[in-house]
Formats: sequence, C-alpha cells, structure tokens
Amino acid sequence: MHELAVCQALMEQVESIALEEQADSVVAVHLGIGPLSGVEPRLLEQAFFIARAGSIAAEAELVIENLPVRISCDQCGQTSDALPARLLCGVCGNWRTKLVSGDELQLQHMELVRQTADELAEPEADIQQQHERVN
Amino acid sequence: MCDTCGCNVTHGNAHLVQPGGRLSKTADGREAVNVLHGLLDANDHTAAHNREHFNKHGVLAINLMSSPGAGKTSLLEATIDALKDELSIAVIEGDLETENDASRIRAHGVPAIQITTGSACHLDAHMVHDALHMLELQKLDIVFIENVGNLVCPASFDLGQHSNVTLLSVPEGDDKPAKYPVMFRAADLVLLSKCDLLPVLDDFNPDNARRYLRELASSAPVFELSAKSTAGMDDWIHWLLAELSSLEHQSGRLAAATESA
Repeated sequence: MHELAVCQALMEQVESIALEEQADSVVAVHLGIGPLSGVEPRLLEQAFFIARAGSIAAEAELVIENLPVRISCDQCGQTSDALPARLLCGVCGNWRTKLVSGDELQLQHMELVRQTADELAEPEADIQQQHERVN
Repeated sequence: MCDTCGCNVTHGNAHLVQPGGRLSKTADGREAVNVLHGLLDANDHTAAHNREHFNKHGVLAINLMSSPGAGKTSLLEATIDALKDELSIAVIEGDLETENDASRIRAHGVPAIQITTGSACHLDAHMVHDALHMLELQKLDIVFIENVGNLVCPASFDLGQHSNVTLLSVPEGDDKPAKYPVMFRAADLVLLSKCDLLPVLDDFNPDNARRYLRELASSAPVFELSAKSTAGMDDWIHWLLAELSSLEHQSGRLAAATESA
C-alpha cells in the first residue's frame, strides 16, 4: 500500500499549485497512470478520499486516465500495444522493445475555482443600488 | 523524466500541452491548470541529490530488492566476507521493525544503519538521505541499500542508487518476473538466490525465469548463486567490481573535465 505515500506527495503538489494560482478551491484533479507505474488506481482513489479531507481540495473529484501500454520495437521499428507482463513486439515478436507509454504516474491538470475581480466587486454594487433606492 | 526538456510528454498526455496557453476556462467557469508533474517529483529530486552525494565521493550505491526471505542479508554477509579486505563497504538496512539485519551486518565488521519504516512498505529517497548523514562516504567504496522485503512498492521509489539488483529465490517459483513486472523491469541485475536448493525444488527452472524476464523487454543479466554454499558468488563479485570501476572511470572523467574547465 505505497499508494498512501504517493497520495501524500500528490496532495502536497495540489496544495502548492492551488496556492500559487491563488485558487479558492480545487474542484478536480486529473491524473494519468500507466499499469507499469506500480500504482493501483483504485487504491490511489481510496487514499485520495482520506488525504483530501480538510485541504483546499476537500471537495475535489479525482479523475484518473488509465494510459495504455505501448512499445516500440528495436528490430522492426513498429509501435504496438502490449500487456504489462508481456512487452513483446506485436508485429514481429521480438523482445528488444522500448516502452513508449505505460509507466506514467503523472498529475496532468487541475480544475480550480477562483473568485474573479468582478465577483468580488458585486456585493459593493448591490449596496450601492440599495443605497440609491433608499434615497 | 523531467519538466525541462519535455521528455515526460507521451502520446497519452501530449494533447494537454498543445498551444492554447497554460490556463483555459471551461464552460462552467472552472479554470483548468495544466501541470504535467510526476507524482513522485519530490522523491525523485531527493534521489538525484543522493546520487550526487554518492558520485562526489566515488561511492557505488546498490539498491537490493526482493520478497521477504529471499536472502538479501545472507547475500550481503557473503559479499562482505568476499570483499572486505579490498573494499570499504557500508549497508543501509530497511525493515518495518527490528535491528536484526543491521546487527548481522555489523557482526562482519561493517557499518550498518538501520532504518525502521514502521508501517511503510518501502524505502524512499528521504529516508536514505537521512541515513547518508550517518555514514562517512569519503571512506567508502560501496553502499548497499537493503530495501524492505516486498516485490511491489520499493520498485516505484528512486533512492539515488546506481543500480537495482533484484533477488529471486528458488523457493518462490520461476514465474515471479511475470507476476511482478514493475519490480523486475526495474532490475539492472537479477540474482537467482538459494540455488543450492535447485536439486530438491526441481520445478524451478532458471531458463523459465530468464524467459519471463526477457518478455518484460529486460536485457538485465541473470546469475545463479547460493550465498550459503558460495557457488556462483564469483559472477556477482565480478559484476560489482566492474560497476565500481565504471563509476570510478566516470568520476575520473568528470573530475578531469571540471579541472580543465
């Protein structure tokens, strides 16, 4: 269960980016995970529900994109899909292949809510209107 | 993986870095912020720092991983006995509890730092960094990091080592590389340990283990050995010495380049 440790690292990044972007809250966190990253998405989701409590991302949704295992062959140069424990070229069967995708463990993007300058100004405008009406 | 040259942009996420600016507003007023950071960037940063420490002192760092009971500590004891007259060795031991392994290593006259991880199932770069401060690196040639016995979690954390060595002991079965692809893909060398048991556990076929490893597109060498009988230890010792001399060669070139600069 190293997913808890991974999730703590994720929350530190989420909080620091939210602070940097002066966000009021984080509404969604998007990750890209490949099966060869060694992290189990379902366990990470469970850890996220615990780790988000009390943070700026307390209400945030976690969206995980499961990335496919793709390899390129050193021999025939073709790219093909593969299974995590069988990285043989799908075209010629050679074992000398390189991973193109499938070991990602990445924070891709976040969705934030920020009060804009207009929204901040609105309450004052309301007061102004009420004031005018009274007069 | 880094954020400087864009090498972490794969076909799976490339659409996120297409032109259109860092911030883009979605229909419901949320702001999307593109990030593209590795989740373990903080760990990887400390790991790189650890590696710099090792390189600066010309110390070879080996991360030993396996399931519990595959014989990591026994291998280290036999390795220390074989090399302690010519090389200066230290060991960082990772276990959930107890100082048992560190005590076994110290009995061979070698410094050992025990990290007890509590409930953590792996070592990370920060724990190793703390342990490094307790070692006199300038006096050492090789530091072995004996990771927590576990074929899953340790594979995801870079510690700053130069090489990952994964043990697969004969009683575990020869299909472990297929069952734990993340761990075995990370291995720079695979040691089939407890090979003195091959005559009795004849359903373990070393060639099957090699085949499963090749199916992970790994070209890591596979050595058969027994720390108990010391059969096959020579190949392992030669591999270690070759790694050390290649590191010294690199450090020498680096030093020469720095001097001439």
